[in-house]
Amino acid sequence: MNFPILSTLIFLPLLSSLFIFLSKDKTSNNSSIYISLFSSFATFLLSLFLWYSLDITTSEFQFVEENYWINNFIKFKLGIDGISILFIVLTTFITPICIISCINSVKVRVKEFLIAILILETFMIGVFCSLDLVIFYLFFEAGLIPMFLIIGVWGGPKRVYSAFKFFLFTLLGSVLMLVAIIAIYWLTGTTDITQIYEIKIPKEYQNILWLAFLSSFAVKMPMWPVHTWLPDAHVEAPTAGSVILAAILLKMAGYGFLRFSIPMFPIASEFFTPLIYTLSIIAIIYTSLVALMQDDMKKLIAYSSVAHMGYVTLGIFTLTKQGIEGSIYQMISHGLISAALFLCVGVVYDRLHSRMISTYGGLVNYLPKYSFLFLVFALAALGLPGTSGFLGEFLVLAGTFQKSYFVAMLATFGVVLGAAYMLWLTKRVIFGTVNNSEIKSLNDINKSEIIMLVTLAFFVIFFGFYPAPLMDTFSVSVNSLIDDYQIALNSQ
Amino acid sequence: MEYAIIFLPLIGAVIGYLGRSLAKYFSEITTSLLVAISACLSLITFWKGIKSDIYGNYLIFEWISSGGFTANWSINIDPLSSVMLVVVTFVSALVHIYSIGYMSHDPHKPRFMSYLSLFTFSMLALVVSDNFLQLFFGWEGVGLCSYLLIGFWYKKDSANNAAIKAFIVNRIGDFGLAIAIFLIFLFFGTINFEEIFQVTNLYAEKKLVFFGFELNLITLICVFLFIGAMGKSAQFLLHTWLPDAMEGPTPVSALIHAATMVTAGVFLVVRCSPIFEYSQAALNLVAIVGMITALFAASVALVQNDIKKIVAYSTCSQLGYMFFAAGVGAYHVAMFHLFTHAFFKALLFLGAGSVIHAFKDEQDIRKMGGVRKKLPFTYIFMLIGTLALTGFPFLSGFYSKDAIIEFAYLKNSSLGNYAASVGILTAFLTSVYSWRLFFKTFHGPYNNEKISINDTHESPFVMLVPLIFLSIGAVFSGYFFKETFIGHHSNDFWQTSVFFLNEIKHDVIPLWFLLTTPLIVLISIPISFYLYIANPKVLKDFKNTNMPLYDFLLNKWYIDELYIKIFVNPTKKIGSFFWKKGDIGVIDKFGPDGISKLVKILSNKTGRLQTGFIYDYAFVMLLGLSILLTYLILK
Repeated sequence: MNFPILSTLIFLPLLSSLFIFLSKDKTSNNSSIYISLFSSFATFLLSLFLWYSLDITTSEFQFVEENYWINNFIKFKLGIDGISILFIVLTTFITPICIISCINSVKVRVKEFLIAILILETFMIGVFCSLDLVIFYLFFEAGLIPMFLIIGVWGGPKRVYSAFKFFLFTLLGSVLMLVAIIAIYWLTGTTDITQIYEIKIPKEYQNILWLAFLSSFAVKMPMWPVHTWLPDAHVEAPTAGSVILAAILLKMAGYGFLRFSIPMFPIASEFFTPLIYTLSIIAIIYTSLVALMQDDMKKLIAYSSVAHMGYVTLGIFTLTKQGIEGSIYQMISHGLISAALFLCVGVVYDRLHSRMISTYGGLVNYLPKYSFLFLVFALAALGLPGTSGFLGEFLVLAGTFQKSYFVAMLATFGVVLGAAYMLWLTKRVIFGTVNNSEIKSLNDINKSEIIMLVTLAFFVIFFGFYPAPLMDTFSVSVNSLIDDYQIALNSQ
Repeated sequence: MEYAIIFLPLIGAVIGYLGRSLAKYFSEITTSLLVAISACLSLITFWKGIKSDIYGNYLIFEWISSGGFTANWSINIDPLSSVMLVVVTFVSALVHIYSIGYMSHDPHKPRFMSYLSLFTFSMLALVVSDNFLQLFFGWEGVGLCSYLLIGFWYKKDSANNAAIKAFIVNRIGDFGLAIAIFLIFLFFGTINFEEIFQVTNLYAEKKLVFFGFELNLITLICVFLFIGAMGKSAQFLLHTWLPDAMEGPTPVSALIHAATMVTAGVFLVVRCSPIFEYSQAALNLVAIVGMITALFAASVALVQNDIKKIVAYSTCSQLGYMFFAAGVGAYHVAMFHLFTHAFFKALLFLGAGSVIHAFKDEQDIRKMGGVRKKLPFTYIFMLIGTLALTGFPFLSGFYSKDAIIEFAYLKNSSLGNYAASVGILTAFLTSVYSWRLFFKTFHGPYNNEKISINDTHESPFVMLVPLIFLSIGAVFSGYFFKETFIGHHSNDFWQTSVFFLNEIKHDVIPLWFLLTTPLIVLISIPISFYLYIANPKVLKDFKNTNMPLYDFLLNKWYIDELYIKIFVNPTKKIGSFFWKKGDIGVIDKFGPDGISKLVKILSNKTGRLQTGFIYDYAFVMLLGLSILLTYLILK
């Protein structure tokens, strides 16, 4: 295909953000919202078209574009396979929802906010399309800037501290990754990852390079013990920021493990598996317990995200078919569920300006529709069969069990804790009698909120019963990932 | 038709709720009607199975496929599932109809009916599954509906807590079930029942090292499966949620917490009989836990005062019976007891509901009494239910419960004999607490001060009709289905759905043994009447002299208190500790906050070096020069 469809996909949001920037919309923000909504929706359709035309019977990279950026050094190389397309679709699907949520939640500098979101979208799609380490690095780190601004400008009262913490953590990891990328160039003479797959990095360098990549991915994931930026970032971020952060930014690290760590450093991946297991288990149990005791809704959900990401890292490094497929599924599903939960918090935050659990209680008496949707997402988050949350978790655990009984049993126990904090949250927010008289005057969710939440609920349930569209897309790519890994291990 | 049985309740749940504003009784009628149709179709399916062996597996579509981990959505009709279909849809239809009357004053009726139908759907999905994953779906699905229905009156804090407790204790059981599924997948490479059962015998001797112990694979799988069953069927140690679940409306207790959901554990063990048969150790565990539960729950039921809690503990105890039947290898008898129990226990619960309704939501039996003339129909129905439960000769409980005790005896092992004696002892206790409930409710003086006796009234017609049907079941289901379920030719009925490694023996049981249980049951009636009505002083004296024992039983062996002390509170404490000390105290303190502080201190210090005075700089330059020179000279 000659038409550079991936570049179009990446730069479409950027282009429309330029439009918004140039538009002289001083009196009302409607036109900016319409432009961004329209463009993000177009991006979504384009990504759906990509998904539709992707050949899922092969694990080859498709729609490949290759241009030299700096001669003989960095190629602007893009391409997708069955794994990355789903993350792209997730990104383009979540972005319009975020823009809709702005209608209710962002009151100042709407135009600038939309520009930040669209630029962020460009970077995120770029991350999932890159086939060159330098390009990947640029997109991966550039995403920090709009996110940093979203938290720092539109955030809550402690936004500066949170933005700083977020930046410090993520930058620390990425500096090491940059050094590793330079080292890889020095070792192999290229930064094109398809070539690196072929060349194979010498065994003695793998461990140190793997650790350098881990330091970046672990922070983004986030894995224990570098997770503490996430609750603070979520708490202070505006709703749309939280949604993007939880739904997409956290997935970049998981994607990074699959695309870079495992294929480039198979021997190191094998070597460090026990480390990942340990950190994942701590993440699952420890953060679930911490989540149980939170009195701030956003913090609770943020901690639950850390626990859910623990299942993802666990599943990826089982390097079994079920484990990896479960992890990818869990990432997609968490993208939908956590987005929905943060939107749910946003809905009541817009009305009462409090994230504290104790402010609420008995919402079902006055906001029945909202309560119903909240319950659906809470149940999906605790992994109820029939929702997408269940399959990912269950497959990861089935995969883990093949590697270690002990780890799998601890991780399975995390599911019990998951039920405990989610149901307790639901009880304190939704059920019971109304103690706060302000709740009585609240309106149930409006049209735009219904559109967002019902769409998400539909997909959460649909993919719980019929996961085939997703599973079939990445199945072949996952097979070849595991096969290549096994070949690399056997040939060492 | 099979599709209709499963999906009609789901359709009812959705339409019934969405169309709630269409007409006044829209949800009630739609849901009840659809479930009733489903019940009729189940009866036809069941009948076709008995008469002409028409069974089959109907594929809906593939659910998931990841490597060898594949599972379908499917409807598997075999003798075992057809029995469950009848029990579930039949009781559910009656409970639906009953609820129209019972919930008539509740503003959230449509939601209630919709939940009931949703529950029915989940339960059906559970019983017709042909693989472990769909079973797990139904398993957690019924758990969800149970959660929603226990917490139906969401304004009550106690109801919300009970709902959460039920869900979480069930999740602990589900943990066991999930591990069992993983083990099965790991070794068998499939989670399809038929494929597993075909090759189970090849793994009978397989050992594996599990946490440093060398264990038999089959035993391990069975133990974890049984942990799942214990959670769902409220067996000893995981039973605590069931009595609390009585916070839900009474029809829910009848449907979910007596007739159907709680029997899912028994169903699971029977369904997996081809696996359990290869592990004597696991079967012994099942039998022992069953016995402990039967005895424990009956002992607690003796002293409870809440009418629903007594029946709940009674359910717990009867489930124990079913488990020890399965544990001594009499799966078909366990199923038979499940079948008859569904009728008489649902009858008792709905009867209790009728009593509560009459007393305007009073549940304490100490505040009842003397209303047999005011509630003649309820009185008769409760009498039938009590007789059936206690195993009065020729009623349903008589056939099934005595069969359990006889099979245990026939086992001719020490465990079998032990089980038989526990069975007889529990039968006696069952009889005593059942009659206590009955006499205290309907006989003796009228004890309620809030409502005058003339205000108590019989329930409306719509609530009594289901009771009639259940009474018929409670009286005749034992007699009519005895031959089919547990007779000499029962194998013709069960076919391969229930598996026996060794032929079951049909030895002759000595007459004295056959007569023991019925006699005990008969004698206990006048004893109970004497103790509770004619001369309550005897019992009062006994109570006063044995206060510690009474308190021990009244507080349900203090198990709830123990759990709060050793599980709930420490979990919360550890959670706070990790948060306050781990995240904030260590990671943040030495991580970002520490670094920023360090940078600040260092920059302050280095900042002070820039004094701005020329002689300071000149001095440092001189110093540097001299050090450099010294170094060069010495080198």
